[in-house]
Amino acid sequence: MSAAIKVEEKLFQNRYKVDAGRPHISIIDEDKCRNNCASQACITCCPAGCWTMEGNGQVTVISDGCLECGTCRIICDDHRNVAWEYPRGGYGILFKFG
Amino acid sequence: MAEKFDVIVVGAGPSGNSAALKLAEAGLSVLQIERGESPGSKNVQGAILYSDALEKLIPDFRDDAPLERHVIEQRMWVLDDDSFVGTHYRSDSFNKEPYNRYTMIRSQFDKWFSERVQKAGALLICETTVSNLLLDGNRVVGIQTDREGGEIYADAVILADGVNSLLAKKAGFHPELEPKNVALAVKEIHFMPQELIEQRFNVKDDEGVVIEMVGKITKGMMGTGFLYTNRESVTIGVGCMLSDFKKQKITPFELLEQMKEHPSIKPLIQGGEMKEYTAHLIPEGGYKAMPDLYGEGWMIVGDAGMFVNAVHREGSNLAMTTGMHAANTLIELNAEGLPFSKANLKRYKAKLDESFVMKDMKKYKNMPDVFHTNPQFFNDYPELISNAARTMLTVDGVDKKTKERQIGKSFRQRRSIFGMVKDTFKLWRAFE
Repeated sequence: MSAAIKVEEKLFQNRYKVDAGRPHISIIDEDKCRNNCASQACITCCPAGCWTMEGNGQVTVISDGCLECGTCRIICDDHRNVAWEYPRGGYGILFKFG
Repeated sequence: MAEKFDVIVVGAGPSGNSAALKLAEAGLSVLQIERGESPGSKNVQGAILYSDALEKLIPDFRDDAPLERHVIEQRMWVLDDDSFVGTHYRSDSFNKEPYNRYTMIRSQFDKWFSERVQKAGALLICETTVSNLLLDGNRVVGIQTDREGGEIYADAVILADGVNSLLAKKAGFHPELEPKNVALAVKEIHFMPQELIEQRFNVKDDEGVVIEMVGKITKGMMGTGFLYTNRESVTIGVGCMLSDFKKQKITPFELLEQMKEHPSIKPLIQGGEMKEYTAHLIPEGGYKAMPDLYGEGWMIVGDAGMFVNAVHREGSNLAMTTGMHAANTLIELNAEGLPFSKANLKRYKAKLDESFVMKDMKKYKNMPDVFHTNPQFFNDYPELISNAARTMLTVDGVDKKTKERQIGKSFRQRRSIFGMVKDTFKLWRAFE
């Protein structure tokens, strides 16, 4: 019962229009995530599982499944290391029911 | 010369739609910008609609608004790991029209609301993200959108851009939100046949039930769970303060999965087909965390202004009411030929102070602090209450006097008499 698989199953029910090649969330300074951040709360708390730890210890974000809640930006209050914009108009999550 | 409007409203949720509707009805030129493909496609809510706020804007809303069920029964559950202690309040008076509150589905509701706004004369542009406010000194003079040549000017901009409130933050009107002032809620919608819902929740026609839950489902975090009945679906979710998620290293969708497995909850959603998973922040910082609400040429309404009454699970009604007061302020000033300056927009705040909005925000101003610093309300008490009920209801040859003593002892061991007196006092003060 892997949590990673479960969130993908959930997100599969959602409708998205992905803005290919133009992610709306990025890490400002990757070294900071790797060396200065003990909590890495973004990985634990993102409700869409967009944040992961690579094998080499680097934190990465893939925002294709993003629900545009803002959690990762606000939870990074020790470092303010998340560049976060809304997707371009019309792109991103398109809630069927909301 | 770029185009200029009397007012630009950013966002087409309940607060933005309310503002745009009022302004358009009063004959002001209104441009409304929405980043979703249609109004509602970026918006998330439980969702309960309180009639009163909407009725003031659209008295005949019941004629064609997409409503799910009117609520006739409210359940409050305190959950342990495998049980709940609860109260159910059901009244046939909730079955008398006009109904007081409804469950709804936001993507449908927002679209309907927006149609009313457009009919009143506002111009809506969708699929457009506002990237920045245009400033002349400290005065807001328009917006920058992500479209080519996307600068648009107005005498006032109403910021109805939701909980993240990026525009006011970028303009330096307020700092970033703190994790202790927002709750993260995740939820799912499960579809099932109408008859099944009616049998399961003991309702008929378009009657509905809401269940609000506290207790071990939030693992000691400050938060609540909920389950609402729609016409052919059930919405189930859980929300907790972001600071608690961070501190306790809990993954929100795992929390939701575990809640769905609770033996008191699982049978209610059994057989349903999950059709959407959503997440959303709720600004629950209360009165003390509210940003400046107006300035030179701008006003903040709805979630962007922290207008949520977390205790009573109210938000969309505050959004509508703030949107209405922001619009009325501009309408008055316009009629009097006065500029939309900070000094004049002070009237917006005065209107809010007069209304239930600020009165309620002020009344519960200490509530977030009390719950943040006293996790026993979400942790110890639910378990103690549940154990007490189980002890009294288990017939096992132990006399009731002894059982009472056991229960009393369990409470004293966990919280001490002094602790319990203090807790009672804290709650009483917070609700006062």
